[in-house]
Amino acid sequence: MTPAKAKRYNVAGAVITIFTVICAVLWAFPLYWGIINSLKPEDEVIRPYIELWPDTFTLDHYIFALTRTQIGTWYINSIATALGVTVLTVSTSMLCGYAISQLSFPLRRPLWWLILASFMVPTQVLIINHFVLMADMGLLNSWAGIILPQLIHPVVIIVYKQFFDQVPKEFREAAVMDNAGEFRILFKVYLPINWGVTTALSIVTFIWAWNAFLWPFLAVTKTEMMTITVGITQVWDAFGVYYARQLSAAVLAGLPVALAYLVFQRRVTQAITLSAGIKG
Amino acid sequence: MIRNRKKEALVALVLIAPFAATYGLVFVYPTIDMFVLSFQKAPLIGEGRWLGVDNYTRLPGDRRFHTALWNTAYFVLLSVVPGTLVALGISLGVSRLSGRLQALVLALFFLPYILPVSVVFRIWDWTLNFQFGIAMHIFDLVGIDRIPIFKVTDWFMPAVAVITIWWTAGFSILLFLAGLRAIPQEIYEAASLDNAGTWTTFRRVTWPLLWPVTALVLTIQLILQLKIFDQVYLFSQGGRPNDNLVMVYYIFQRAFVNNDGGRAAAIAVVLFIMVIVISVLNFQLMRFSERRS
Repeated sequence: MTPAKAKRYNVAGAVITIFTVICAVLWAFPLYWGIINSLKPEDEVIRPYIELWPDTFTLDHYIFALTRTQIGTWYINSIATALGVTVLTVSTSMLCGYAISQLSFPLRRPLWWLILASFMVPTQVLIINHFVLMADMGLLNSWAGIILPQLIHPVVIIVYKQFFDQVPKEFREAAVMDNAGEFRILFKVYLPINWGVTTALSIVTFIWAWNAFLWPFLAVTKTEMMTITVGITQVWDAFGVYYARQLSAAVLAGLPVALAYLVFQRRVTQAITLSAGIKG
Repeated sequence: MIRNRKKEALVALVLIAPFAATYGLVFVYPTIDMFVLSFQKAPLIGEGRWLGVDNYTRLPGDRRFHTALWNTAYFVLLSVVPGTLVALGISLGVSRLSGRLQALVLALFFLPYILPVSVVFRIWDWTLNFQFGIAMHIFDLVGIDRIPIFKVTDWFMPAVAVITIWWTAGFSILLFLAGLRAIPQEIYEAASLDNAGTWTTFRRVTWPLLWPVTALVLTIQLILQLKIFDQVYLFSQGGRPNDNLVMVYYIFQRAFVNNDGGRAAAIAVVLFIMVIVISVLNFQLMRFSERRS
């Protein structure tokens, strides 16, 4: 590269960098705008001009949401159901993924094909039959009813199988020499080696379950059984037409997953690329 | 090594049982039940009677079904290719950065994806609020008449598509970044030795090498957007749901509002087949292009 060209390239590069940063700030602006308005008094929120920084900060809307609405109950419901979905999905998928990866048994191939095929099936089309099934089992308006239909995450098994496949055969042979049973091999060798992927899958499964809307929305009609994603949009009289209050409830609903992402950024990124079939 | 086949199969059975039981209950059985129900005249809850193919033959003459099908296609058109291009552009920008700045910029672009749809709804409902939304202040400044965006049918789908792109781009960006990282640096060095410009490098190197990821993103987006419901439902509240119907919304409406389980199941089967056909076609295409390269 000639010096003149290199210089031109640098200027162009700096312009693109600045442009990218500006775009990023604009991209995230609605988030900032939502958060900052939830911290303004209601009369400042509805002023007819743009104020990027509040005159007075207030936590009134958060105090209102936490003490005068059912948001605490919704939080508990969200935590309980998201944890339930995560623990059940990850544990059953891990066991099944191990069996498919390491053991030989009849119908192994058909089972694997069924799992791969179910990857394509849109669970949204099953809402009617899920509803009927949960109603028959008497599980509407219950944690179990919210959890059960959300346990279809074939991608978790697929990722586990890939990772178990990659564990060197020598580990297994050594363990078998020591007369270790399959459960010991799984929990003492295969699982510890793949601890990272387990964490990653657990975090994203939790985020998926926390963010679920359609099924929890259908499974629950009683306000005290709602998850937070359903509650903040479906219970109209809880907040009234107070924009700042509604926004504070939204911030509370998004906070746990946003924090989970910011704390475990690398793991979340890994799990999401893995779930799309790209090795991280 | 000697393996005890019987014992191994037994252990496998124990390991698979919890998964198989849940899958049978909440996946295999409901799928079969959906097909059975679609041939019945049945309320949502309660006994149905056999009807034959009537639920299907009524679909071509069903106006709401037309709206749902057309809107879904329209939404796919508005969101899939534009969303993929936006994500590609962003990831090209982000991949040039490094260190903390890159992590920060990526986080800003990615954060919306991690949020629940209800939060996305609240934020945009507020941003685009007819009376107080900041977007309307900007409309005033530019001199455009204010529009109650989610109450006007012509504006509804484009607005929801833009919001959906904003919400889901983070996912595609991650995939593109992984794809960009996989392109060997030497190829770019070779290109710059040949005095190739930025555009030529992109067209001859980045784009073709990134194509498998682009195809993957397009497919994932396509299948995802065919199943759209949440945003459309939330933004339609207090608006004109019947004009904004999409496939899943219509399934919901038929089943849970009109209490017509049979006809809802027939629509569900149609969507089911649409998604499966597209997935299989895409899988074949990918295999074909893999074999060619």
